[in-house]
Amino acid sequence: MTVQQILMLTLVRGTTYAIIASGLALIYGVGRIVNLAHTAFMMLSAYLISQLAVGYGWPLTAAVAVAVVGTGVLGLLFYRFVLNRVREHQAAVLLITIAVAMGIQQLMPILFGSLPAPVPLILEGAVPVFGFPVPKQYLLTLGISLGFLGLLWLLLSRTKIGIGIRAVAQDTEVANLMGINVSTILMIAMGIGTTMAAVAGALVPAVEGGSVSQYFWLFTLLMVLVVVILGGLGSLKGSFIAAFFVAFVQALVSTLFPHQAYLSYAFAMVAMVVMLSVRPQGMFGTLFEEERL
Amino acid sequence: MLRLVSRALKSLRFGILPVPGRLLAVLFFIFLFLIPVITSSPYIMLLTTMAAIYTIFAVSWDVLSGYSGQVSFGHALFFAGGAYGSALMYMHFGLPPAATIPLGILIGTALGVVTCFPALRLRPPYLSLLTMAFPIILEQVVRALPARFAGGDYGIRELPPLAGSPVQSYYVCLVVMTVSVLIMWKLTDAGSKNIRTGLIFHAIREDEIAARATGINTIRYKILAFAISGIFASLAGTLFAHYRTLVSPAYFSSFTSFLCIIWVVFGGIVSIYGPVVGVYTLYVLLDFVRVTPAARYQTLILTIVVVVILLFMPEGIAVWIRDKIERECPRCKLSNVAWRKECRACGASLR
Repeated sequence: MTVQQILMLTLVRGTTYAIIASGLALIYGVGRIVNLAHTAFMMLSAYLISQLAVGYGWPLTAAVAVAVVGTGVLGLLFYRFVLNRVREHQAAVLLITIAVAMGIQQLMPILFGSLPAPVPLILEGAVPVFGFPVPKQYLLTLGISLGFLGLLWLLLSRTKIGIGIRAVAQDTEVANLMGINVSTILMIAMGIGTTMAAVAGALVPAVEGGSVSQYFWLFTLLMVLVVVILGGLGSLKGSFIAAFFVAFVQALVSTLFPHQAYLSYAFAMVAMVVMLSVRPQGMFGTLFEEERL
Repeated sequence: MLRLVSRALKSLRFGILPVPGRLLAVLFFIFLFLIPVITSSPYIMLLTTMAAIYTIFAVSWDVLSGYSGQVSFGHALFFAGGAYGSALMYMHFGLPPAATIPLGILIGTALGVVTCFPALRLRPPYLSLLTMAFPIILEQVVRALPARFAGGDYGIRELPPLAGSPVQSYYVCLVVMTVSVLIMWKLTDAGSKNIRTGLIFHAIREDEIAARATGINTIRYKILAFAISGIFASLAGTLFAHYRTLVSPAYFSSFTSFLCIIWVVFGGIVSIYGPVVGVYTLYVLLDFVRVTPAARYQTLILTIVVVVILLFMPEGIAVWIRDKIERECPRCKLSNVAWRKECRACGASLR
């Protein structure tokens, strides 16, 4: 029972962290942009879905589609008109993204009311897996994150845009000299990343209590940053594996010490600190030792 | 004595009066000292005292993250560490503020130095995100410990106040702030002949490998940067705890750290006057918003201001203003008023 519970929690949390973290890792890997507003975009998409599906009574699929596309486009615009101009200033990027995240946090209750917004499950019910009922939404989350990662891998390795993205990730200046439009590539990467955040917004709040509140982004962001760092910043494979590792640590703590469940965050952080002390670049990261601007 | 006075007059005549930025800074500090004379409204006193405390906090972040380049996202650790340190000293030993503040600083600094060790080997983005983790861990530890030991969720209340009256507290904080800012300014002054830390911090930020290659023990200086920053941030924390007469686990929140970063970058990173300007404009203006009907939109306004400022003056508002009113002589590197045609010292053309 306990083992199954731990496995199940790991699976759920792991997939959600994976899908959020891979978007963040993509943007960091390509543009060296730590987009701290990433989970705020996810929250925005969740609020939009809630408003459209519950508030206006749209069919859920339509609401999800509109929210995902809308948030993705918003991410593109945010990059194009704001981030692109301050790309060179690391501190300014961090600051603008965190400020935008806080702005979204403040905007949500003004636009959608201060009560937590309910986000419906996309798939109801459960299927038995090894004699233990697993809600379908978990499997959907897992499927979609794996599917998205597969698509991303196809895009990166098989298409011309993907080659451009990888070139920019490797060396921005040289990629620019080879005739690649760096800011367009970064904009595309940002669009993909934000879309993944928006997809996560459709899937995650529904399983994490069934509603989204205005502080949802912060806790998620902290955990996702832990995941991304553990895996090595910018490494998609690393963040995927680290997502399950962090989820496992959290599940272990919250199952073994149910009364101190809130400590699971602290334990995940401790895991990150230990990891970074042993291996400063994370599991699959590189040190960028040669990158001396 | 006479020589000292004449030296002071000389530096006033040649070092301060001809440089509008420094003149403004001096006038600003004189104005700060005169505020209680102009008005004694409790709200203004509260606002300016808090601004003074936050200035120490923001400048200390700038020393660590701006000057030595160790961009910390968890500066609340030092701040709350100092606050909790002094509160615990009061709670368990009943010491007065005069004793708890130094002990709190000691505890906050020790906390910072111990936790900086895993951070020393890390590259910038990892370092920022690692430092963000520590206050969160500590916040949960404080919440998890039994209330009789560290106050638990509700924090520790009814600490002894800093001074008898609001005006006295204001002057205590203002004097401490002025002295701390001056010390940090001297410590990070790259042009100083006696103190090398400023130059070395710059070197570490610009190129750590090159700094190491020239024989600088970068690890030692990074620990020093953490310690200096920790001393002043926890000083701000202890003052804050005694001024508000309470500490709560919320002091550890990431929001505290982020606000501090926002003030500094808004004012101008890697400049001591930048954070001062940042706190005294952004914090004070937003606090004015808090008492108007637009209070709901406070964070939204903060966001818009930050984004707009960074888009149009990414170096920060203080640096932007400085560049408008001052010009550095290309030959002797002396600052001049922007509208002078030639350098006031060497006569080189400034056009």
